[in-house]
Amino acid sequence: MSDATRIAENARRADIRNRWWLTAPALFILFVAAIGPLLVVLLYSFMLKGDFGDVKYGQFSLDGWFSVFFERDIFDDTVGIAEAHVSILWRSVKLSLITTLLTLFIGFPTAYYISIQEPRRRDLLVFMVTIPFWTNILIRTFAMQEVVRNEGVINTLLVWSGIVDRPIQIMYTDWAIFFGMVYVYLPLMVLPLYASMEKIDFRLVEAGYDLYAGRFQVLRRVIIPLVKPGIVAGSILVFIPSLGAYVTPRVLGGGKNLMLGNLIDLQFGQGKNWPLGSALSITLLVIVTVALLFYVRNASKSGGGHGH
Amino acid sequence: MASTANAIDARGVSKVFKGAGQDEVRALDNVSVTIRENEFFTLLGPSGCGKTTLLRLIAGFDFPTEGEILLHGENIALLPPYKRPVNTVFQNYALFPHMTVGQNIAFGLEMLGKPKDEIAARVSEMLKLVRMEELKDRRTSQISGGQQQRVALARALAPRPKVLLLDEPLSALDYKLRKDMQIELKRLQHDTGITFIFVTHDQEEALTMSDRIAVMSKGKILQVGSPHDIYVRPVDHFVANFIGETNFLKGKVISSKGGKATVELAPGGTLLADVPEAGLPKGEISLVVRPENATLVKPGKGDLSGTVETIVYFGTDTHVHLKLTDGTAFMVRQQNAAGSGVDVKTGDKAGIAIAAGTPRILMD
Amino acid sequence: MATERRKPFAIKAQPGFGLVAMLCFFMLYLPIAILVVYAFNAGENIALWEGFSLRWFQSAWANETVQEAAMRSLFLASVSATIATIVAGMAAIATTRTAPYRGLTFKYAMINQPLMVPEIVTAVSLLIVFSRFKVWTGYSGIGYLVLAHTAFCIPFAYLPIRARLENMDLTLERAAADLYATPWQAFKRVTLPLLVPGLVAGYMLAFVISLDDVVITEFVKSGGQETLPTYMLGQLRRAVSPEINAIATVFLALSVLLVTLFYFVNRKKN
Repeated sequence: MSDATRIAENARRADIRNRWWLTAPALFILFVAAIGPLLVVLLYSFMLKGDFGDVKYGQFSLDGWFSVFFERDIFDDTVGIAEAHVSILWRSVKLSLITTLLTLFIGFPTAYYISIQEPRRRDLLVFMVTIPFWTNILIRTFAMQEVVRNEGVINTLLVWSGIVDRPIQIMYTDWAIFFGMVYVYLPLMVLPLYASMEKIDFRLVEAGYDLYAGRFQVLRRVIIPLVKPGIVAGSILVFIPSLGAYVTPRVLGGGKNLMLGNLIDLQFGQGKNWPLGSALSITLLVIVTVALLFYVRNASKSGGGHGH
Repeated sequence: MASTANAIDARGVSKVFKGAGQDEVRALDNVSVTIRENEFFTLLGPSGCGKTTLLRLIAGFDFPTEGEILLHGENIALLPPYKRPVNTVFQNYALFPHMTVGQNIAFGLEMLGKPKDEIAARVSEMLKLVRMEELKDRRTSQISGGQQQRVALARALAPRPKVLLLDEPLSALDYKLRKDMQIELKRLQHDTGITFIFVTHDQEEALTMSDRIAVMSKGKILQVGSPHDIYVRPVDHFVANFIGETNFLKGKVISSKGGKATVELAPGGTLLADVPEAGLPKGEISLVVRPENATLVKPGKGDLSGTVETIVYFGTDTHVHLKLTDGTAFMVRQQNAAGSGVDVKTGDKAGIAIAAGTPRILMD
Repeated sequence: MATERRKPFAIKAQPGFGLVAMLCFFMLYLPIAILVVYAFNAGENIALWEGFSLRWFQSAWANETVQEAAMRSLFLASVSATIATIVAGMAAIATTRTAPYRGLTFKYAMINQPLMVPEIVTAVSLLIVFSRFKVWTGYSGIGYLVLAHTAFCIPFAYLPIRARLENMDLTLERAAADLYATPWQAFKRVTLPLLVPGLVAGYMLAFVISLDDVVITEFVKSGGQETLPTYMLGQLRRAVSPEINAIATVFLALSVLLVTLFYFVNRKKN
């Protein structure tokens, strides 16, 4: 009678084998051009830097990791904090956090407003958020440049109205980067927020009002807890790319106000310090992974509602 | 060859599903059943009783852990579904959304490699059979639920299967349509002469449509018989309770002779009841009295006495719920025809007369 | 009879939210609008409006470097999206509608990995590896860009295909098998036709993602392999000419077109 069991087991094995064959091409491409290179970066972060870029193969060294946070004085060889790196790291985290908060403050009411519209208008508004979302980040950064540059809209308006007599410098400052990032990542906040607001059961809101809650109390005690997964998702979706931002600070910061992404780039370019660049990359990756793990934990905690 | 061969012969069929970790679910537990040719056979039971699992084993979507399934004497238990001359009408119809009604019906015939003109002829024949001729070129999304149901039937019947399996096909339809389709299904079964195996959890549907019914619970078949058999002679508590409304009375057998036993009832009094074919169970027994076989009489008369607790009006009849002297609940169904029944109100004492020959002792 | 007419209490409304939303849309579209408007400016100064003109479109069109970069971008996007859609489609079939099996989580992680790694990290990792390859093999053609683009397009192509598969009614294939279709016939006649909208959506997403990429391309490309975005990035460092506005406008129009198409493909499937 084990015939049936045997046949079923064989069929299951064959099925799994087929499933591996079907996935093989994708896994191969991803190994060669995604995972594999990441492992190489990890390896490179532990090697001695080459004289003209690259690394000296087979020569193990912790210099790369050491110089992420510390630097040796050229004259007396004393060890000090690598202030440049630490301040860039700090700037990156700070700008990313502020960007996340501001996009949340703008994105939350926007997403909520969209979600309470009648279907046709709602679809149109979502579509209008989707368009910038899928528009090239470079183009959007460039568009922001048109706004903040000395001859740009803001300054033209300020000068024309007589508030200032000559343009204020926004371009190539942290402000420009900040404006640019909020602008570029705003859709990333609105879309996941909308996705969870769309599912709000408004009978719960009615129940809130029925039980004597005011507008603000309903918002704070009913709506916000209900859309918490969306808030977390949106925040993570904004925070992660902000932290690794490269294009926006490069264009709007003008090479002076660096963020982590540009610092990494620098090590592979002029800096010719690939181990340091690799170590910085891994550092960035670790921060991002921690943020993602936080998200996953949060999502699985609050995602209990949709069983199978 | 086998002149009166059975359509389906399931022998000692078990199906074990591996759950999480060490858990095992025995969806079917050593089930044996014989389904005759040209029969409307119903598998009836609550959800999770194994009826759908048995159907899926016959269709070939799953394979039994143990046992054989014979189709006209040939073991098909391990054949893939596309090698079995058996077709299914799915619960949600599973019509191909990218094909028209006609293409759906032609699908099975195409897969069998039938010539084009034969397919065309058979498709129109099927459309005519289910009275859908004018909808041949419609998309399946453009027709109503009842029409989808007919297309699903036509599609499954088109290859002339030896057995047609129907997995709760009427559950998605509203009441009126369901009634119409019940009649339609009976007609189709009669016209085509194909064996139908019908799965449902609706006892009324099972009683009205089937030649024979198998009542299932927890992976076992409890009783197989004609609708009348099952209703009048339920073997145990589960069957009696699942089919129709029932009163249970506890008691002790005083004497038995020739298939009848005299029972001393717990609420007092004695009754003559039928003994199950398998013999009398030991110890205290239960017997079953259908509410329509009991009538209200004057207090002190009849076989039992009790107090009226609730009266529920149902149009054609009235349900009178009583509490017997020992606390047992009992329900009497009274016809509402003019002049019939005894006028009672809540709190009244009343006697209950039970029609002779109707009480039956259960096996458990 | 003081029947003061009051607005009925709106259950869903929150004060000020509409205003913020309007502000948000204004913010999203103002910079783009300015960018587009100045693409049509007759003058060189991007702050002064000197009349309507298509001269910047003409000069961009006549610019051979731009033409070449545009062609390269389109080539890269179509080849990468095609490969990505095929391999992601196969992977989606292999990773959906199954009881969990050993390695399934590994596959998910592998496929989604490019979504979780910051672009700059992927970019430098590819720079390291591919610069080695270039030395070893002596080949420095566009193959590296195709490979890199395909890799990061895979998760984008995978998502809609997988979603489509998961929403597909499993009983349809069961019904096909019941009606004598062998597994291959069932796939060809039932699964594949129903999968088409997912494949189209996946292809389009992959196409847009490839077309838009600037960071990874910037690090992987060999000399003379500018794509439109890397060309623009290079130009932005110099004095900006409205020619860039013109290019950006065309690019923008293409994105809008693709998103609109995607939107309708996705809507039709319901």
